[in-house]
Amino acid sequence: MKKLHVNVSINNDDLEFLCNPEDTLLDVLRNDLNLTGTKEGCSTGDCGACSVILDKKLVCSCLVLAAEVDGSSIDTIEGMAEENKLHVLQEKFLEHAALQCGICTPGILIAAKALLEKNQNPTEKEVRYWLAGNLCRCTGYDKIIRAVLDAAREMRKDHGPNYS
Amino acid sequence: MIFVKPNTEKEAVYLLNNSNGISRILGGGTDVLVQMRSGIIEPELIVDIKNIPGIREINEINGGYEIGAAVSGSEFNNYPGLKEFAPGIAEAFDLIGSSQIQGRCTLAGNICNASPAADTAPALSVSKCIVKIVGPNGFREDLVSNIPISPGKNSLKKGEFIKSIIIPKRPPYSSDSYIRFTPRSEMDIAVVSAACFITLDQNKLIKELNISLGAVAPIVVNVTGINELVINNNLNDDLLSQISIICSSSCDPIDDKRGTIEFRSHVAGVLAKRAIILAHSRAGDKIEKIAR
Repeated sequence: MKKLHVNVSINNDDLEFLCNPEDTLLDVLRNDLNLTGTKEGCSTGDCGACSVILDKKLVCSCLVLAAEVDGSSIDTIEGMAEENKLHVLQEKFLEHAALQCGICTPGILIAAKALLEKNQNPTEKEVRYWLAGNLCRCTGYDKIIRAVLDAAREMRKDHGPNYS
Repeated sequence: MIFVKPNTEKEAVYLLNNSNGISRILGGGTDVLVQMRSGIIEPELIVDIKNIPGIREINEINGGYEIGAAVSGSEFNNYPGLKEFAPGIAEAFDLIGSSQIQGRCTLAGNICNASPAADTAPALSVSKCIVKIVGPNGFREDLVSNIPISPGKNSLKKGEFIKSIIIPKRPPYSSDSYIRFTPRSEMDIAVVSAACFITLDQNKLIKELNISLGAVAPIVVNVTGINELVINNNLNDDLLSQISIICSSSCDPIDDKRGTIEFRSHVAGVLAKRAIILAHSRAGDKIEKIAR
Protein backbone atom coordinates (compact mmCIF):
# COMPACT_ATOMS: atom_id res chain seq x y z
CA MET A 1 0.00 0.00 0.00
CA LYS A 2 1.19 3.48 -0.79
CA LYS A 3 2.33 5.34 2.31
CA LEU A 4 1.51 8.97 2.91
CA HIS A 5 4.24 11.50 3.51
CA VAL A 6 3.61 13.94 6.38
CA ASN A 7 5.59 16.99 7.51
CA VAL A 8 5.01 18.13 11.05
CA SER A 9 6.55 20.08 13.89
CA ILE A 10 6.58 18.16 17.17
CA ASN A 11 7.78 19.97 20.29
CA ASN A 12 9.32 22.55 17.94
CA ASP A 13 11.31 19.96 16.00
CA ASP A 14 10.49 19.79 12.29
CA LEU A 15 10.24 16.20 11.19
CA GLU A 16 8.62 13.98 8.62
CA PHE A 17 7.18 10.51 8.61
CA LEU A 18 5.45 8.00 6.39
CA CYS A 19 2.15 6.51 7.50
CA ASN A 20 -0.73 4.35 6.35
CA PRO A 21 -4.01 6.19 5.71
CA GLU A 22 -5.72 4.48 8.66
CA ASP A 23 -2.91 5.13 11.19
CA THR A 24 -3.86 7.45 14.00
CA LEU A 25 -1.60 10.20 15.27
CA LEU A 26 -1.26 8.13 18.45
CA ASP A 27 -0.03 5.09 16.47
CA VAL A 28 2.63 7.17 14.73
CA LEU A 29 3.77 9.00 17.87
CA ARG A 30 4.26 5.77 19.78
CA ASN A 31 5.25 3.24 17.14
CA ASP A 32 7.17 5.24 14.56
CA LEU A 33 8.50 8.30 16.37
CA ASN A 34 9.20 6.54 19.68
CA LEU A 35 7.40 9.26 21.59
CA THR A 36 5.89 6.76 24.02
CA GLY A 37 5.14 9.32 26.73
CA THR A 38 1.72 9.73 25.11
CA LYS A 39 -0.27 6.73 26.36
CA GLU A 40 -2.91 4.57 24.75
CA GLY A 41 -5.94 3.99 26.95
CA CYS A 42 -9.35 3.42 25.42
CA SER A 43 -8.60 4.48 21.81
CA THR A 44 -12.14 5.84 21.53
CA GLY A 45 -11.66 9.35 22.91
CA ASP A 46 -13.11 8.66 26.33
CA CYS A 47 -10.10 8.47 28.66
CA GLY A 48 -7.78 11.31 27.62
CA ALA A 49 -4.56 9.31 28.16
CA CYS A 50 -3.43 10.14 24.62
CA SER A 51 -4.02 13.91 24.92
CA VAL A 52 -1.72 16.13 22.87
CA ILE A 53 -1.94 19.74 21.76
CA LEU A 54 -2.53 19.99 18.01
CA ASP A 55 -2.25 23.49 16.54
CA LYS A 56 -2.89 24.97 19.99
CA LYS A 57 -5.95 22.82 20.61
CA LEU A 58 -6.21 19.99 23.10
CA VAL A 59 -7.19 16.76 21.32
CA CYS A 60 -7.14 13.00 21.79
CA SER A 61 -4.43 11.74 19.44
CA CYS A 62 -6.35 8.45 19.07
CA LEU A 63 -9.11 10.41 17.28
CA VAL A 64 -6.79 12.14 14.81
CA LEU A 65 -5.53 10.48 11.65
CA ALA A 66 -1.78 10.81 11.23
CA ALA A 67 -2.31 11.86 7.61
CA GLU A 68 -4.41 14.82 8.77
CA VAL A 69 -1.62 16.58 10.65
CA ASP A 70 0.53 17.48 7.64
CA GLY A 71 1.75 21.04 8.21
CA SER A 72 0.61 21.12 11.84
CA SER A 73 2.45 21.72 15.06
CA ILE A 74 2.05 19.30 17.96
CA ASP A 75 3.04 19.47 21.62
CA THR A 76 3.46 16.20 23.49
CA ILE A 77 4.52 15.38 27.04
CA GLU A 78 8.12 14.97 25.86
CA GLY A 79 8.28 18.70 25.17
CA MET A 80 6.93 19.79 28.52
CA ALA A 81 10.13 19.94 30.57
CA GLU A 82 12.83 22.32 29.37
CA GLU A 83 16.18 20.56 29.29
CA ASN A 84 16.52 19.24 32.85
CA LYS A 85 13.99 21.59 34.37
CA LEU A 86 10.54 20.19 34.98
CA HIS A 87 7.46 22.23 34.12
CA VAL A 88 5.74 23.71 37.18
CA LEU A 89 2.83 21.31 36.66
CA GLN A 90 5.19 18.33 36.69
CA GLU A 91 6.84 19.58 39.89
CA LYS A 92 3.49 20.11 41.56
CA PHE A 93 2.28 16.65 40.55
CA LEU A 94 5.31 15.16 42.33
CA GLU A 95 4.93 17.43 45.33
CA HIS A 96 1.23 16.61 45.78
CA ALA A 97 1.66 12.91 44.89
CA ALA A 98 -0.93 13.47 42.18
CA LEU A 99 -0.10 10.20 40.45
CA GLN A 100 0.11 6.54 41.34
CA CYS A 101 0.42 4.16 38.39
CA GLY A 102 1.13 7.08 36.05
CA ILE A 103 -0.65 5.93 32.90
CA CYS A 104 -3.06 8.87 32.90
CA THR A 105 -0.44 11.41 34.02
CA PRO A 106 1.01 12.56 30.66
CA GLY A 107 -2.48 13.18 29.31
CA ILE A 108 -3.55 15.04 32.42
CA LEU A 109 -0.41 17.18 32.41
CA ILE A 110 -0.97 18.11 28.76
CA ALA A 111 -4.66 18.86 29.40
CA ALA A 112 -3.83 20.94 32.47
CA LYS A 113 -1.18 22.85 30.52
CA ALA A 114 -3.77 23.65 27.85
CA LEU A 115 -6.14 24.90 30.54
CA LEU A 116 -3.57 27.15 32.22
CA GLU A 117 -2.59 28.64 28.88
CA LYS A 118 -6.13 29.92 28.37
CA ASN A 119 -7.12 30.48 31.98
CA GLN A 120 -4.36 31.45 34.42
CA ASN A 121 -6.67 31.53 37.42
CA PRO A 122 -9.17 28.66 37.15
CA THR A 123 -11.55 27.78 39.96
CA GLU A 124 -11.62 24.26 41.35
CA LYS A 125 -14.86 23.68 39.45
CA GLU A 126 -13.30 24.84 36.19
CA VAL A 127 -10.35 22.49 36.68
CA ARG A 128 -12.66 19.56 37.43
CA TYR A 129 -14.81 20.23 34.37
CA TRP A 130 -11.80 20.79 32.11
CA LEU A 131 -10.22 17.50 33.21
CA ALA A 132 -13.49 15.51 33.04
CA GLY A 133 -12.20 13.81 29.89
CA ASN A 134 -9.08 12.49 31.63
CA LEU A 135 -9.82 9.34 33.56
CA CYS A 136 -7.66 8.27 36.50
CA ARG A 137 -8.44 5.01 38.31
CA CYS A 138 -5.88 5.44 41.12
CA THR A 139 -5.90 8.84 42.74
CA GLY A 140 -9.57 9.71 43.14
CA TYR A 141 -8.70 13.02 41.38
CA ASP A 142 -8.42 15.16 44.51
CA LYS A 143 -4.64 15.37 44.53
CA ILE A 144 -4.60 16.05 40.80
CA ILE A 145 -6.97 18.99 41.20
CA ARG A 146 -4.92 20.36 44.10
CA ALA A 147 -1.68 20.03 42.12
CA VAL A 148 -3.16 21.91 39.15
CA LEU A 149 -4.52 24.71 41.33
CA ASP A 150 -1.17 24.99 43.12
CA ALA A 151 0.70 25.06 39.80
CA ALA A 152 -1.62 27.82 38.59
CA ARG A 153 -0.83 29.84 41.72
CA GLU A 154 2.89 29.29 41.26
CA MET A 155 2.77 30.27 37.59
CA ARG A 156 0.87 33.47 38.35
CA LYS A 157 3.51 34.34 40.93
CA ASP A 158 6.34 33.61 38.49
CA HIS A 159 4.83 35.80 35.85
CA GLY A 160 4.08 38.72 38.13
CA PRO A 161 0.77 40.42 38.89
CA ASN A 162 -0.03 41.27 35.28
CA TYR A 163 -0.17 37.63 34.32
CA SER A 164 -3.46 36.91 36.04
CA MET B 1 -8.58 2.88 2.46
CA ILE B 2 -7.67 6.04 0.61
CA PHE B 3 -7.09 9.32 2.43
CA VAL B 4 -7.46 12.55 0.49
CA LYS B 5 -7.36 16.19 1.53
CA PRO B 6 -8.73 18.20 -1.40
CA ASN B 7 -8.22 21.96 -1.69
CA THR B 8 -11.57 22.77 -3.30
CA GLU B 9 -15.24 21.88 -2.87
CA LYS B 10 -15.37 20.75 -6.47
CA GLU B 11 -12.55 18.27 -6.00
CA ALA B 12 -14.16 16.90 -2.81
CA VAL B 13 -17.50 16.40 -4.58
CA TYR B 14 -15.77 14.69 -7.52
CA LEU B 15 -13.95 12.26 -5.22
CA LEU B 16 -17.06 11.47 -3.17
CA ASN B 17 -19.20 11.05 -6.26
CA ASN B 18 -16.75 8.69 -7.97
CA SER B 19 -16.09 6.43 -5.03
CA ASN B 20 -17.78 3.03 -5.26
CA GLY B 21 -17.49 1.90 -1.66
CA ILE B 22 -18.26 3.55 1.64
CA SER B 23 -16.91 7.07 1.90
CA ARG B 24 -16.78 9.39 4.87
CA ILE B 25 -16.12 13.07 5.39
CA LEU B 26 -13.44 13.84 7.94
CA GLY B 27 -14.09 17.07 9.82
CA GLY B 28 -13.40 16.56 13.51
CA GLY B 29 -13.35 12.77 13.23
CA THR B 30 -14.77 12.21 16.72
CA ASP B 31 -17.44 9.85 15.39
CA VAL B 32 -15.79 8.52 12.22
CA LEU B 33 -12.58 7.38 13.93
CA VAL B 34 -14.49 5.62 16.71
CA GLN B 35 -16.70 3.87 14.13
CA MET B 36 -13.68 2.80 12.10
CA ARG B 37 -11.89 1.52 15.18
CA SER B 38 -14.87 -0.53 16.34
CA GLY B 39 -15.43 -1.94 12.86
CA ILE B 40 -18.90 -0.40 12.44
CA ILE B 41 -17.71 1.06 9.14
CA GLU B 42 -14.81 0.25 6.86
CA PRO B 43 -14.60 3.23 4.56
CA GLU B 44 -12.87 2.95 1.23
CA LEU B 45 -12.43 6.70 1.03
CA ILE B 46 -11.84 9.36 3.67
CA VAL B 47 -12.15 12.95 2.48
CA ASP B 48 -10.57 15.42 4.89
CA ILE B 49 -12.36 18.70 4.14
CA LYS B 50 -10.26 20.95 6.34
CA ASN B 51 -8.19 22.41 3.47
CA ILE B 52 -11.29 23.71 1.67
CA PRO B 53 -11.38 27.53 1.82
CA GLY B 54 -13.81 28.90 4.41
CA ILE B 55 -14.61 25.54 5.98
CA ARG B 56 -12.95 26.44 9.28
CA GLU B 57 -14.35 29.98 9.43
CA ILE B 58 -17.16 31.72 11.25
CA ASN B 59 -18.68 34.68 9.41
CA GLU B 60 -21.42 37.15 10.23
CA ILE B 61 -23.86 37.29 7.35
CA ASN B 62 -27.19 39.11 6.96
CA GLY B 63 -27.53 39.61 10.70
CA GLY B 64 -26.89 35.93 11.43
CA TYR B 65 -23.85 33.66 11.40
CA GLU B 66 -22.40 31.16 8.96
CA ILE B 67 -20.47 28.40 10.71
CA GLY B 68 -18.03 26.43 8.52
CA ALA B 69 -18.47 22.66 8.60
CA ALA B 70 -15.10 22.05 10.27
CA VAL B 71 -15.42 24.68 13.03
CA SER B 72 -14.91 22.94 16.38
CA GLY B 73 -16.84 23.37 19.62
CA SER B 74 -14.07 25.33 21.30
CA GLU B 75 -13.69 27.63 18.26
CA PHE B 76 -17.45 28.27 18.29
CA ASN B 77 -17.64 29.01 21.99
CA ASN B 78 -14.59 31.29 21.93
CA TYR B 79 -15.88 33.35 19.00
CA PRO B 80 -16.78 36.82 20.30
CA GLY B 81 -20.51 37.51 20.39
CA LEU B 82 -21.70 34.09 19.25
CA LYS B 83 -22.63 32.84 22.73
CA GLU B 84 -24.65 36.00 23.32
CA PHE B 85 -26.33 35.72 19.93
CA ALA B 86 -27.39 32.07 20.27
CA PRO B 87 -26.87 30.96 23.88
CA GLY B 88 -28.92 27.79 23.41
CA ILE B 89 -26.85 26.58 20.46
CA ALA B 90 -23.66 27.45 22.33
CA GLU B 91 -24.90 25.51 25.38
CA ALA B 92 -25.72 22.45 23.33
CA PHE B 93 -22.42 22.50 21.42
CA ASP B 94 -20.45 22.99 24.63
CA LEU B 95 -22.10 19.97 26.28
CA ILE B 96 -20.64 17.55 23.72
CA GLY B 97 -17.79 15.47 25.14
CA SER B 98 -14.67 16.52 26.99
CA SER B 99 -12.27 19.43 26.48
CA GLN B 100 -10.37 17.14 24.10
CA ILE B 101 -13.51 16.41 22.04
CA GLN B 102 -14.38 20.12 22.05
CA GLY B 103 -11.13 20.74 20.17
CA ARG B 104 -12.44 18.65 17.27
CA CYS B 105 -16.20 18.06 17.27
CA THR B 106 -18.29 19.91 14.69
CA LEU B 107 -21.93 20.91 14.19
CA ALA B 108 -21.99 19.33 10.73
CA GLY B 109 -20.68 16.05 12.15
CA ASN B 110 -23.18 16.04 14.98
CA ILE B 111 -26.02 16.50 12.49
CA CYS B 112 -24.77 14.00 9.89
CA ASN B 113 -23.97 11.31 12.46
CA ALA B 114 -27.71 11.44 13.15
CA SER B 115 -27.70 10.16 16.72
CA PRO B 116 -31.16 10.57 18.26
CA ALA B 117 -29.39 12.08 21.28
CA ALA B 118 -27.25 14.58 19.33
CA ASP B 119 -27.15 17.71 21.48
CA THR B 120 -26.96 20.29 18.73
CA ALA B 121 -29.75 18.77 16.61
CA PRO B 122 -32.66 20.13 18.71
CA ALA B 123 -30.79 23.38 19.43
CA LEU B 124 -30.21 24.06 15.72
CA SER B 125 -33.68 22.83 14.66
CA VAL B 126 -35.53 25.08 17.09
CA SER B 127 -33.86 28.17 15.60
CA LYS B 128 -34.65 26.96 12.06
CA CYS B 129 -30.97 26.75 11.16
CA ILE B 130 -30.05 25.90 7.59
CA VAL B 131 -27.30 23.75 6.13
CA LYS B 132 -25.48 24.70 2.94
CA ILE B 133 -24.80 21.58 0.92
CA VAL B 134 -22.52 21.13 -2.10
CA GLY B 135 -22.84 18.17 -4.42
CA PRO B 136 -22.66 16.91 -8.00
CA ASN B 137 -25.69 19.01 -8.96
CA GLY B 138 -24.28 22.16 -7.45
CA PHE B 139 -25.35 23.94 -4.35
CA ARG B 140 -28.51 23.56 -2.25
CA GLU B 141 -29.87 24.51 1.15
CA ASP B 142 -32.02 22.56 3.58
CA LEU B 143 -33.23 22.86 7.15
CA VAL B 144 -31.05 21.15 9.75
CA SER B 145 -34.20 19.25 10.82
CA ASN B 146 -34.31 17.53 7.43
CA ILE B 147 -30.77 16.09 7.61
CA PRO B 148 -31.10 13.24 10.14
CA ILE B 149 -33.71 10.79 8.84
CA SER B 150 -33.27 7.84 11.22
CA PRO B 151 -30.67 6.78 13.80
CA GLY B 152 -27.28 6.88 12.05
CA LYS B 153 -28.74 7.88 8.66
CA ASN B 154 -28.87 11.28 6.98
CA SER B 155 -30.56 12.65 3.89
CA LEU B 156 -27.40 13.70 2.03
CA LYS B 157 -27.13 12.15 -1.41
CA LYS B 158 -24.11 10.56 -3.03
CA GLY B 159 -21.35 13.08 -3.59
CA GLU B 160 -22.86 15.67 -1.27
CA PHE B 161 -21.42 17.20 1.87
CA ILE B 162 -22.26 20.05 4.22
CA LYS B 163 -20.05 23.11 3.81
CA SER B 164 -21.60 25.32 6.48
CA ILE B 165 -24.48 25.90 8.85
CA ILE B 166 -26.44 29.15 8.91
CA ILE B 167 -27.86 30.49 12.16
CA PRO B 168 -30.40 32.95 10.77
CA LYS B 169 -30.95 36.54 11.88
CA ARG B 170 -33.33 36.86 14.83
CA PRO B 171 -36.04 39.40 15.63
CA PRO B 172 -34.94 41.90 18.34
CA TYR B 173 -36.35 40.32 21.51
CA SER B 174 -35.47 36.69 20.80
CA SER B 175 -33.39 34.09 22.55
CA ASP B 176 -32.94 30.36 22.89
CA SER B 177 -31.96 27.68 25.38
CA TYR B 178 -30.99 24.01 25.55
CA ILE B 179 -31.30 21.70 28.55
CA ARG B 180 -30.66 17.98 28.80
CA PHE B 181 -31.06 15.27 31.40
CA THR B 182 -28.03 13.07 32.05
CA PRO B 183 -27.23 10.90 35.08
CA ARG B 184 -23.74 12.44 35.27
CA SER B 185 -22.91 16.11 34.90
CA GLU B 186 -20.05 15.60 32.41
CA MET B 187 -19.06 13.07 29.76
CA ASP B 188 -22.56 11.73 29.24
CA ILE B 189 -25.18 11.48 26.52
CA ALA B 190 -28.66 13.02 26.75
CA VAL B 191 -31.41 10.71 28.01
CA VAL B 192 -33.85 13.49 27.13
CA SER B 193 -33.21 17.02 25.90
CA ALA B 194 -35.24 20.11 25.10
CA ALA B 195 -34.47 23.25 23.14
CA CYS B 196 -36.55 26.42 23.03
CA PHE B 197 -36.55 29.46 20.74
CA ILE B 198 -38.70 32.39 21.75
CA THR B 199 -39.50 35.84 20.37
CA LEU B 200 -41.27 38.46 22.49
CA ASP B 201 -42.57 41.92 21.69
CA GLN B 202 -41.61 44.86 23.89
CA ASN B 203 -44.55 44.17 26.21
CA LYS B 204 -43.29 40.62 26.72
CA LEU B 205 -46.12 39.12 24.69
CA ILE B 206 -45.03 35.94 22.91
CA LYS B 207 -44.64 36.30 19.13
CA GLU B 208 -43.05 32.93 18.43
CA LEU B 209 -42.31 29.88 20.57
CA ASN B 210 -40.65 26.76 19.16
CA ILE B 211 -39.76 23.61 21.06
CA SER B 212 -37.61 20.76 19.80
CA LEU B 213 -37.01 17.60 21.80
CA GLY B 214 -34.02 15.26 21.56
CA ALA B 215 -33.52 11.57 22.46
CA VAL B 216 -37.26 10.92 22.69
CA ALA B 217 -37.78 9.63 19.12
CA PRO B 218 -35.64 8.31 16.24
CA ILE B 219 -35.04 11.91 15.15
CA VAL B 220 -35.59 15.34 16.70
CA VAL B 221 -39.24 16.12 17.52
CA ASN B 222 -40.22 19.62 16.44
CA VAL B 223 -43.29 20.01 18.63
CA THR B 224 -46.32 21.35 16.76
CA GLY B 225 -49.44 23.08 18.05
CA ILE B 226 -47.71 25.41 20.51
CA ASN B 227 -47.68 28.70 18.62
CA GLU B 228 -51.47 28.66 18.20
CA LEU B 229 -51.73 28.45 21.97
CA VAL B 230 -49.26 31.13 22.98
CA ILE B 231 -49.19 33.88 20.37
CA ASN B 232 -49.90 37.33 21.85
CA ASN B 233 -50.07 35.87 25.35
CA ASN B 234 -47.93 36.47 28.39
CA LEU B 235 -46.09 33.43 29.64
CA ASN B 236 -47.89 31.99 32.66
CA ASP B 237 -48.05 28.75 34.66
CA ASP B 238 -51.20 27.60 32.94
CA LEU B 239 -49.62 27.93 29.49
CA LEU B 240 -46.46 26.22 30.68
CA SER B 241 -48.47 23.25 31.99
CA GLN B 242 -50.37 22.95 28.74
CA ILE B 243 -47.16 23.08 26.68
CA SER B 244 -45.57 20.54 29.00
CA ILE B 245 -48.41 18.08 28.34
CA ILE B 246 -48.21 18.63 24.56
CA CYS B 247 -44.44 17.98 24.68
CA SER B 248 -44.79 14.79 26.72
CA SER B 249 -47.40 13.45 24.35
CA SER B 250 -45.27 14.30 21.28
CA CYS B 251 -42.58 11.83 22.38
CA ASP B 252 -42.03 8.43 20.83
CA PRO B 253 -39.04 7.18 22.83
CA ILE B 254 -37.43 3.79 23.30
CA ASP B 255 -37.33 1.87 26.56
CA ASP B 256 -33.77 1.10 27.62
CA LYS B 257 -31.52 0.96 30.66
CA ARG B 258 -30.98 4.72 30.50
CA GLY B 259 -34.67 5.59 30.72
CA THR B 260 -38.12 4.10 30.29
CA ILE B 261 -40.71 5.38 27.81
CA GLU B 262 -42.73 6.81 30.66
CA PHE B 263 -39.73 8.52 32.28
CA ARG B 264 -38.47 10.01 29.02
CA SER B 265 -41.89 11.34 28.05
CA HIS B 266 -42.46 12.87 31.46
CA VAL B 267 -39.00 14.45 31.66
CA ALA B 268 -39.39 15.88 28.13
CA GLY B 269 -42.36 17.91 29.42
CA VAL B 270 -40.44 19.09 32.47
CA LEU B 271 -37.34 20.06 30.48
CA ALA B 272 -39.45 21.85 27.86
CA LYS B 273 -40.96 23.97 30.62
CA ARG B 274 -37.52 24.82 32.04
CA ALA B 275 -36.13 25.57 28.58
CA ILE B 276 -39.01 27.99 27.94
CA ILE B 277 -38.50 29.77 31.26
CA LEU B 278 -34.78 30.14 30.52
CA ALA B 279 -35.20 31.38 26.94
CA HIS B 280 -38.04 33.69 28.05
CA SER B 281 -35.90 35.29 30.73
CA ARG B 282 -33.03 35.76 28.26
CA ALA B 283 -35.34 37.42 25.73
CA GLY B 284 -36.87 39.49 28.54
CA ASP B 285 -33.41 40.71 29.58
CA LYS B 286 -32.95 42.10 26.08
CA ILE B 287 -36.11 44.20 26.41
CA GLU B 288 -34.86 45.61 29.69
CA LYS B 289 -31.38 46.22 28.29
CA ILE B 290 -32.74 48.17 25.34
CA ALA B 291 -35.22 50.09 27.55
CA ARG B 292 -32.34 51.19 29.78
